[in-house]
Amino acid sequence: MQRVGEVIEASTTEFTAQCYELYQLPPLGSLAKTREGELELYGVVYNATTSSLEPGRRPIARGKDEVSEDEIYRSSPQLLKLLKSEFGALVVGHKQGDRTFHYLPPRPARIHGFVYLCPAEEVRSFSSSFGFLNILTGSNLSVPAEELTAACLRYISQAYEDRRRFLVAAGRELASLLSGQLNRLQAILERIKQ
Amino acid sequence: MNQERQRLGLVIRGSLNKGIEVRLDGSASVEDMAVGRYVTIEGQKRRFFGLVTDVSLGVSDPRLATAPPDVSDPFISEVLKGTSAYGTVHILPQLTIGGDVTSLLEGPQPVKTVPGHFSSVYLASQEDVELVFGQEDKERFWVGNPLDMETKVCLNLVELVKRSNGIFGKSGTGKTFLTRLLLIGMLQKSAAVNLVFDMHSEYGWAGGSERGGKVKALKQLFPAKVAVFALDEESSRRRQVSTDFIVRIGYDEIAPEDMVLLRQTLNLTEAATEAIYQLYRRFGWDWLRQTLELKDADETRALLDELHIHEATYQNLRRGLGTLRRLAFLVPKAGDNAVKRILEYLDRGTNVVLEFGRYTDITAYILVANLLSRRIYAQYRERTERALGEDTAPPHPLVITIEEAHKFLNPEVAGQTIFGTIAREMRKYNVTLLVIDQRPSGIDDEVMSQLGTKITCQLDNERDIDSVLAGLPGKSELKQVLAKLESRQQALIFGHAVPMPVVVRTREYGSADSYKSLTAGEGLSQKQAEKDIEELWE
Ligand SMILES: Nc1ncnc2c1ncn2[C@@H]1O[C@H](COP(=O)(O)OP(=O)(O)OP(=O)(O)O)[C@@H](O)[C@H]1O
Ligand SMILES: [Mg+2]
Repeated sequence: MQRVGEVIEASTTEFTAQCYELYQLPPLGSLAKTREGELELYGVVYNATTSSLEPGRRPIARGKDEVSEDEIYRSSPQLLKLLKSEFGALVVGHKQGDRTFHYLPPRPARIHGFVYLCPAEEVRSFSSSFGFLNILTGSNLSVPAEELTAACLRYISQAYEDRRRFLVAAGRELASLLSGQLNRLQAILERIKQ
Repeated sequence: MNQERQRLGLVIRGSLNKGIEVRLDGSASVEDMAVGRYVTIEGQKRRFFGLVTDVSLGVSDPRLATAPPDVSDPFISEVLKGTSAYGTVHILPQLTIGGDVTSLLEGPQPVKTVPGHFSSVYLASQEDVELVFGQEDKERFWVGNPLDMETKVCLNLVELVKRSNGIFGKSGTGKTFLTRLLLIGMLQKSAAVNLVFDMHSEYGWAGGSERGGKVKALKQLFPAKVAVFALDEESSRRRQVSTDFIVRIGYDEIAPEDMVLLRQTLNLTEAATEAIYQLYRRFGWDWLRQTLELKDADETRALLDELHIHEATYQNLRRGLGTLRRLAFLVPKAGDNAVKRILEYLDRGTNVVLEFGRYTDITAYILVANLLSRRIYAQYRERTERALGEDTAPPHPLVITIEEAHKFLNPEVAGQTIFGTIAREMRKYNVTLLVIDQRPSGIDDEVMSQLGTKITCQLDNERDIDSVLAGLPGKSELKQVLAKLESRQQALIFGHAVPMPVVVRTREYGSADSYKSLTAGEGLSQKQAEKDIEELWE
């Protein structure tokens, strides 16, 4: 299982994790998980950021005399220590024992909890039903809910051999979830269509 | 439950009276849902059996209709079909099939409730349909097949003949073909004998088909059970019909009541019909001959004065009676009594078809059908009553088939004709009717309501449709079904002989195979088979 970071901030609905390596960010919409006691919390990655470690200190442009971008990091190796990559994850469900629940867990994630990217098999078992779509489409984050939902579905679909079939099924679920909200439905469908 | 059955969708709303609405699954195509098809609904406690009465399209968001999405994209269209844009079918639940053993034994029961929300709906399987309409047996006759199904729809003919029945449909829709089938069914499965007034000579020997060629009729298929009586000897001979009896009717057999029915067709005034009664009182059974023989002389005038018949009335009457005089089967004195002969055959259990040959005009038909039926009925009545009193066997139940039924059963005359009486009193004297008509709205409402089973082919006149369906639960839904029948060889059957209304493609009639299947078990007599072979050499 690929470890991608560590929880540095947590609430009932989301957690923020910092990556161990600069720029080693999981993709938008990917399914990450972290453990809290016997619970495993699932989160959909959104809003990845890379910024200065010290709040208030912003990086400055350094490449004027360099020939390539990589040269900048090479000539100032301390840079890697001054920057950090972080990402937020929207909690979309949890697992207790063998059972997966598509609703919020009773407790938030723990700080310093390790964060892993779910392997394909777990992605499939998580998405064997579409209950999680409700949280995604109802989210109110810096990333538009349609954008995030579409990204998540695109990501999950990669775990399936028949991607199209998965996406059609998800689309149909969305159609009933968003009945009466045609514009939103169409926005998502446009973003997942094959 | 059952893997092979195709699930159509889910019950979403409805009522017992108006039927229920089913939202189709995306995988079920609206275009496969024909009105008139059968479905089963898996309720929690029991299964329901119903009929598709309407198919419609819905959208979950009205904007979808005004600004349709890009359905040229197969992905989008696949997602939206059945979800945001979906089909619904309207279903009239008719029967329930219980889950437990006792209700299985009792068989399908009329519905008293509706299946719960989100019950699954399936196309009815062959077994379901068979369970409801039964298999052919010694009482049930296969009349047709449900649309798009191989299963047989069978009528219980023993039940059927207990009431008067009707076959309706506009011209060319298959009434005659259906009637032939039904007559064969009755002849095989019920204890009843038939008397058919065959206006166009198509039931006894051979009939025409719009597909060209001829089709066999009853006597060719069941020579031992059918007798052909003919009014028009010449026509029968020309068509090489093997007739059993040539019917002649004596002037002295025509009663004033028979004339009342002819008022319209003979253009008789009210006063002229009155005059007939006067003349009858004067001359008795000889009234017609005497009246026809009246000369333009003083005695005649004196007679008319005496009977208070006006000159104009007399002229009107003479013109009317003149029409009768042209009917060659009417003779001053008939040697052999047709009624007696018909009864002899009926008593032996032989079915009688009376062909009219060239007398296809309505006057002859009304006169003869009414006159013979009235007297046969009188005999039946007497014998049934006697049987009750003396504990003897009553006569064979009799079914009288008449065409153009509205001429006998319209509101103006239904109260006076024998047919009105028979239709109204059910089977009191062991006689019922099979009425065939293309204008059912012309038939008296009360008579229509007495018909036990109605079989109707396509009708397009609103009033005809209303009159056929009057009083039926789910009428407005069935109206849809009726209006959508194909223009030929399809019929809606409802009433006593079927557990629920059913649309059928009428059993094929007219091919060699059809004759074989219709006469199977009957064993086309060896003689007939030999004759058929002989005919090959002629
Ligand atoms: N069961 C059937 N099997 C085969 N052909 C049929 C059947 N029913 C109807 N047809 C076809 O439809 C044509 C019309 O049927 P039919 O003569 O019974 O109509 P109808 O209702 O009696 O018409 P009309 O009112 O003019 O007497 C037939 O000639 C035949 O070709
Ligand atoms: Mg006909």
